[in-house]
Amino acid sequence: MSARTARAPRVGATPSRTTATIVLVLAAFGFLYPLYALFRFAFWPTAQTHGFTLQHLERLADPGQSYMYSQLFEGIQNSLVIAIVTVVLMIVFLLPAMILAELRYRRLRQVIEFVCLLPISIPTVVLAVGFVPVYQQLWHVTGSVAWVLAFAIGIIVLPYAYRPIQSNMSGLDMVTLAEASRSLGAGWLATVWSVILPNLRRGILSSALITVSVVLGEYTIASFLTQNTFQTALALLQHADPYVAATFALGALLLIFLILVLIGAAGTFSGARKRKAA
Amino acid sequence: MSVVESVSAAAALEVAGTAVELIDVVKRYGSHQALAGVDLRVEPGEFIALLGPSGCGKTTALRALSGLEQIDGGRIVIDGTDVAQVPVNKRDIGMVFQSYSLFPHMTALQNVEFGLRMRKVDAAGRRSRATEALELVGLGELAERYAHQLSGGQQQRVALARALVTRPRVLLLDEPLSALDAKVRVSLRDQIRRIQKDLGITTLFVTHDQEEALAVADRVAVMNAGNIEQIGTPEELYLNPRTSFVADFVGLSNKLDGNAVGGVVTVYGQPLSVLGESAVTGAVTAFVRPEDIALSDTGLPATVVSTSFLGSLRRTFVRLVDETVVAVQHEVSDKPQPGDSVALRFKGRPVAVSPRGGA
Repeated sequence: MSARTARAPRVGATPSRTTATIVLVLAAFGFLYPLYALFRFAFWPTAQTHGFTLQHLERLADPGQSYMYSQLFEGIQNSLVIAIVTVVLMIVFLLPAMILAELRYRRLRQVIEFVCLLPISIPTVVLAVGFVPVYQQLWHVTGSVAWVLAFAIGIIVLPYAYRPIQSNMSGLDMVTLAEASRSLGAGWLATVWSVILPNLRRGILSSALITVSVVLGEYTIASFLTQNTFQTALALLQHADPYVAATFALGALLLIFLILVLIGAAGTFSGARKRKAA
Repeated sequence: MSVVESVSAAAALEVAGTAVELIDVVKRYGSHQALAGVDLRVEPGEFIALLGPSGCGKTTALRALSGLEQIDGGRIVIDGTDVAQVPVNKRDIGMVFQSYSLFPHMTALQNVEFGLRMRKVDAAGRRSRATEALELVGLGELAERYAHQLSGGQQQRVALARALVTRPRVLLLDEPLSALDAKVRVSLRDQIRRIQKDLGITTLFVTHDQEEALAVADRVAVMNAGNIEQIGTPEELYLNPRTSFVADFVGLSNKLDGNAVGGVVTVYGQPLSVLGESAVTGAVTAFVRPEDIALSDTGLPATVVSTSFLGSLRRTFVRLVDETVVAVQHEVSDKPQPGDSVALRFKGRPVAVSPRGGA
């Protein structure tokens, strides 16, 4: 009886290597099969073509169809501008607010966390519908330019931008570091610039990269506010040329995957550099 | 590192002591008064320990002196100037914190250079002085290591070098040893004292460990409930505590019931002089040190409860007839066994008293 009890799996115990491999393979299949299907659709498109082909991409260079594709390239350009503006907004508003709350106004930390995580609980469609009248007024001032979408997208990005910075902060005793810095003669600005920000570099980088990937994948708000971004252009192109649309969708997925790899590498590189220096 | 090298590194730092004074300093957190009118004068080059239980205000006093806490009343005078309104980065103090406070993205050398960088010292001067400071704490060879590659003791030594390299007027140590293991504590404690003496820097050291305070400080200020109860040399505090709190907090004391009349307290029928000028009369608690009681052939009957070997002495707990348990300190060669019947004799040294129930 006791021997059987000893062999009984514990709740929360590490799974066996076989179980872990099976779960990993199933999960990988779930993620990778749609990508494979997309790749297959884009590059093995018809029964007449044999094997891999780039023939559909050749249409991108056709001057006769340039108007159709120019919408796509403009959308990509708009999305990149929105991504940059959104990252700047995060760095200019969110980061200082979090640092101030951590160092000076600690009671506000929970408020900031609540506000930052709130958008995750509100459906994007609801937010987008709410943004419409706001943007109707805003565009009277700015004109109908795409980068203004960064203010709206900045809100849905908040949970993803907040978490990596907060995680980085929780691993640091920022108050003591700031006090040590000030006791050594540094003012507040020098403390933040020379001590706090270098130690938050990983969180800030992760936050920025996740922001970029969310912006590149954002469709709902741009669609509701009738702006041409990468995703809305892709949706339109899907009807006219599904092969090129599939190719760009695949490219975007690979770019986002690359960004996630970069986030992981950022931390590893930082640790390795320190070890090497020692 | 040799003593000669250490002394030469100390000479290079050229730190000198400065008088520090807290005058009627008050600090409140809401309705709680953390400092209730603290008065303290530290002479140039003196090493003062602020000793007291958790929440007594010792760290608040240190942080008020450093400028990390704004005070609600009183004056803080450093070198004759009231600095109460001067921000922390302009007070010219060096501080070592309880928790490890090295900047994780910098090497030990860069950490030590930081204060000099803030003072716009040129790169060559920074490197030279930071290297000297690291040599002073015996870590010249670990200059290129990051904080996570140093042990706790090494990190605190780097923090000490970092605090000293700017040649501050005052060195503030906020329980810098509390996170370290016992052996490293003693070693670093002695090193801090040696460096402090070499440099002659005025130092305030906060601790709740009385052994630490008594071992290193020129004078110890015992704090309780936001006030300094007594300040004096370690010997004065131990042998002549002015209040029952000090008698109870500094060293081990037996709290025995007695009756005081005219400066004499009678404990279990034996008259003992009362310390100081206590005007307490009637039922009191007398604080009798274990070393002021002896095991004897005749006297107060008791039964041995337990006995502990403490190296150079032995401490035995005995139970009196009225169930009071008393600690007695005696020679190691005496080896009473639990259950043995013994007798106690008071050696007659003066004792501190407080009204019963008021200790």
